[in-house]
Amino acid sequence: MELISPAEFAKEKVQAVQDYSLLAGRSISGFFRQPRYMADAVQQADLIGVGSLPIVVLTGFFTGAVLALQTSNTLQRFGSLSLIGQLVSTSMVRELGPVLTSLMVAGRNASGMASELGSMVVTEQIDAMRALGTDPMKKLVTPRVLATVFMLFFLTIISDLVGLAGGSMVARILLGLDTRQYWSNAWETLVFEDVFMGLVKPVLFGFIIATVGCYYGLSARGGTQGVGRATTQAVVAASVLILVVDFFVTRLLMMFLSYR
Amino acid sequence: MLSPTLPAENPALAVQDSSRYVVVFEDVSIAFEGRVVLDGVSFRLARGETKALFGIAGAGKSTVLKLTLGLIKPDNGHIHVIGDDVTQMSEEELFDLRRKIGMVFQESALFDSLTVRENVAFRLLEEGDISEEEVERRVREALSFVELEHTVDMFPSELSGGMRRRVAIARAIIAQPEILLYDSPTGGLDPVTSTTIIELIVKQRDVYKTSSLLVSHRLQDAFTMATHYFDRQANQMRPLPPGAHGEVSMTFLVLRDGKVIFDGDAHELAHSKDEYIREYIS
Repeated sequence: MELISPAEFAKEKVQAVQDYSLLAGRSISGFFRQPRYMADAVQQADLIGVGSLPIVVLTGFFTGAVLALQTSNTLQRFGSLSLIGQLVSTSMVRELGPVLTSLMVAGRNASGMASELGSMVVTEQIDAMRALGTDPMKKLVTPRVLATVFMLFFLTIISDLVGLAGGSMVARILLGLDTRQYWSNAWETLVFEDVFMGLVKPVLFGFIIATVGCYYGLSARGGTQGVGRATTQAVVAASVLILVVDFFVTRLLMMFLSYR
Repeated sequence: MLSPTLPAENPALAVQDSSRYVVVFEDVSIAFEGRVVLDGVSFRLARGETKALFGIAGAGKSTVLKLTLGLIKPDNGHIHVIGDDVTQMSEEELFDLRRKIGMVFQESALFDSLTVRENVAFRLLEEGDISEEEVERRVREALSFVELEHTVDMFPSELSGGMRRRVAIARAIIAQPEILLYDSPTGGLDPVTSTTIIELIVKQRDVYKTSSLLVSHRLQDAFTMATHYFDRQANQMRPLPPGAHGEVSMTFLVLRDGKVIFDGDAHELAHSKDEYIREYIS
């Protein structure tokens, strides 16, 4: 492995952050300037949203189910098993729904974007697009960002709902609780702040997934090996960034919303 | 013959000359990761002229084309394309200029998720103000120019290397550009297919008289272009009579170690005293 000086390493990292910031900025500005590629955005929404639905439903369902199962033991010790709906509901809506859905979509789509755009870079298709007078940022990045943000928002809602259903099934079948009590408990415990926090996160995470995927794809160098490397890096970076941003956003929202 | 000295310090002159010269390189230098690729390169491409660029692999031939399109910026010097200094333009301004230039990439660079029709029509569809019927008509026209009308609904992966190169030519010429850039259009092709591609380039040159920069490492391709013309009636390429010149001016430019070591016509190239050039053309 080639050794690199610390100064060179630091320079590379600063350059990468600068390039990523520029791409993120241009992906937003592209939405406000002509031409707008709405057909491409709809196509991407189909690929990202509808395509991710099965894994999001499965993940959400089993997360809700296992959450009910794991917490039942503790709640039973305190004689509060009836609160299981409340616990599954707040956990899913505030935290697990947005984060797990985003991680699933990151695994599926950040890698897809990185490999697709990376292949286009190494086969000169991106240069060809620029040579034909089309801005790849507007044509390729902005529609992906728009579609991911939009679809992740709704995928998270679906995941929350399916997670609650999973918890409900465990509560009914394995714990013998009343289904109506579970749902009314789950519903009544939710306040505006919970829902707001749960719906702000997918917007931010969707932006991270698409921009990180596109950034690594457009930075791919060195043939098919480079594309493979970009794909792996995109998934790792997007997943880590989601978890880090999740912590800070949660803290920030708790402060602003004077959270209980 | 050495490259003529250009008024590198006087960009205004180049702009005034934009009616005569469509591409002007003035003292252009560029290095990649510390390796100098072009070192003070100056040349001009006259309107209607076809210039073939030669040099060994890594001599900076493809870099010249990418610089002309503004896909990369030089470290030094100025590049005027149709009167605009591309070194001073933003990416947004360059998109407008690039619409007047057609480029055929080394490996065709067709969009693999689009059909041949969508690839060829890409530029027209992006402009957006052309009717579907007009787009279809022009796609058919461009594809019939390269004799590939039957491939309109196929994907690039279903085509052979030579066919992909021909589709790339159709995509480059559909908007009737003012300048055409060919990056090793015959690279990696068998001799028969190479001749077909050269015939198409000669056809484009003699029928539309578009100013062209052609990068190649095959000298015989450029000599074929210099010694042949396109007979429209017979719809095929024919050799020029000995001593005759074609309708369109054809010149050669040789790069070595990042510098222009020759810029002249086929006759001057054939009679060059430069040892490197003599070895190159032998």
